[in-house]
Amino acid sequence: MDEPKIAVSESREHATDANTAEPSEAQQQSNAASLALARSQAKLADMALGHGQHPEEGRETVFDISEFSVAYGGKTAIRDVTMEIRKNLVTAFIGPSGCGKTTLLRSLNRMNDLISTVSTTGTIHYHGNDLNAAGVDSVEVRRKIGMVFQRPNPFPKSIYDNVAFGLRLHGLKDDLDGRVERALTHSGLWDEVKDRLKTSALALSGGQQQRLCIARAIAVEPDVVLMDEPASALDPIATQRIEDLVQALKSEYTIVIVTHNMQQAARVADMTAFYSVDVGTDGHRSGVLVEFDATSNIFVRPSDERTEAYVTGRFG
Amino acid sequence: MSAAASSTSPFEATPRARRRKLVGRLMEAVCTLAALLAVVVLALVIYAVLRRGLPVLSWSFLTEVPTVDAFGNTSGGIANSIVGTLIITGIATLISVPIGVLIAIFNAEFAPARVANGIRLLLNVLAGVPTIVIGVFIFGLLVVGHGYSAYAASVALSIVMVPIIARSVEEVLATVPGHLREGSLALGATRAKTVVSVILPTATGGIVTATILAVARAAGETAPILFTSSIFANAMSTDPSKAMASLPMTIYLDSQQPSVTAQQQAWAAALVLMALVLLASIAGRLLSLRSRRRIEQSR
Repeated sequence: MDEPKIAVSESREHATDANTAEPSEAQQQSNAASLALARSQAKLADMALGHGQHPEEGRETVFDISEFSVAYGGKTAIRDVTMEIRKNLVTAFIGPSGCGKTTLLRSLNRMNDLISTVSTTGTIHYHGNDLNAAGVDSVEVRRKIGMVFQRPNPFPKSIYDNVAFGLRLHGLKDDLDGRVERALTHSGLWDEVKDRLKTSALALSGGQQQRLCIARAIAVEPDVVLMDEPASALDPIATQRIEDLVQALKSEYTIVIVTHNMQQAARVADMTAFYSVDVGTDGHRSGVLVEFDATSNIFVRPSDERTEAYVTGRFG
Repeated sequence: MSAAASSTSPFEATPRARRRKLVGRLMEAVCTLAALLAVVVLALVIYAVLRRGLPVLSWSFLTEVPTVDAFGNTSGGIANSIVGTLIITGIATLISVPIGVLIAIFNAEFAPARVANGIRLLLNVLAGVPTIVIGVFIFGLLVVGHGYSAYAASVALSIVMVPIIARSVEEVLATVPGHLREGSLALGATRAKTVVSVILPTATGGIVTATILAVARAAGETAPILFTSSIFANAMSTDPSKAMASLPMTIYLDSQQPSVTAQQQAWAAALVLMALVLLASIAGRLLSLRSRRRIEQSR
């Protein structure tokens, strides 16, 4: 096991290497290195919270997911997920591609409604209220549970109008300038754009556009921010800024982040859920939740051998 | 083929290869000729209209109404026809653009696939209806019992324009990237609000282009006007509830007159109409390039 002290100075260096995914000569060497890295970062997070304290202690439940399954056109994408997502924590969904992480994330704010062939079983309770109940208005759901997507998708409008879009939509028009400024400040973009709020958002760099999308999402003061691989389309420096932002935002919001990058989960997440693909008796592949625990446990002491195989790089 | 047959390089062309090469070159020449033919025909039309119409063209021609003296000589100009075409096409645009855009929005955003396909099919059929049939239809609907009017002409033209606008705008809406829709919906906007606030502004350039191209097409349609606003006008009129002069009608009627001066006026009117349509088409295509570039930026 690496000493945490050594890991501090080396971790940033290794972070960029891992993100640029330079192929190393021996795959095992790189897997061992990345596992060691993840473990050291998880240990750091562990230390930050206080030795041995479980991140979920004393925190309110935001999402209570119970035996939840999603199917597209009759084919199950992910099944029987049961877990609780707690307030003001960053929860990461990790796992190989095709295991339904994004599908589950999109179920949390009813974005799957947009796909006509989708059907679900099981329940998701948000602060005790059934998200899929008959009278639930998906517009209200999405106001409280915002989403940031993999590719930055600013509207072809000015920076100001992008952030103000949600505000105008939900009638939060008092002190519009102030709200826009606060949202941009919280997403770390204000200093860079304060002199050009009326210029087109499309002129920003990729990393800036993604921070703008985050500002747009938090402007309407949601309860939860869902992030679907928010940094995967960005360069390493921009990725770092997004990760710092996620850490800064968790004091005010509950964050659920899907990521295919293990080190990122180790760096930013308090709780990590590992999903995998299960081949059923009929040969059909669907996603299942394998393990859900504090991030440090997932990387240092995984309970399930599939988790261990994934984090040590034997598959996935 | 014995090796001793060719005395020089092994790559020298055999008679069969030479024949193949000749046939290939011949086909290339035929294709090139066909392409040139299209260009030549257009050039001939433009040249003929220019040659006969340009001498008559003058500022006074464009700004005066025609007068016929006792000998049947036409003098003056086609001001009332130009104004008439602008008004008739203008009203037709006001009718057809909202309807066409709404149809396109319905098809692109709200209709299930089968309904959308059905509507697209119907639009294609409507686009293929001969304009003279549309003229007769509106004649029976709006002219019988009421008399000729520019309104009737506009309605007839809008039937021609709606399928063009609806099809083009639907294509433009399809090019708006899906992740823009997702981003708006994820903020809690309804489908309708997403269309109005995000998709339409992005597609505005394409809508303007589609409109210009539809106008260019409709401005030259004669048959619908023949049945709704056929008039040998000698005075300026801007009252749409009565028949109004228009460029296609003036070309048609004047070219049939035995007087040479009237025929000259017809050529000049043809030149003006052609110039208007050409300018509108070029403007439409340039705008289309620009708006496509803008949409691609937001990908």
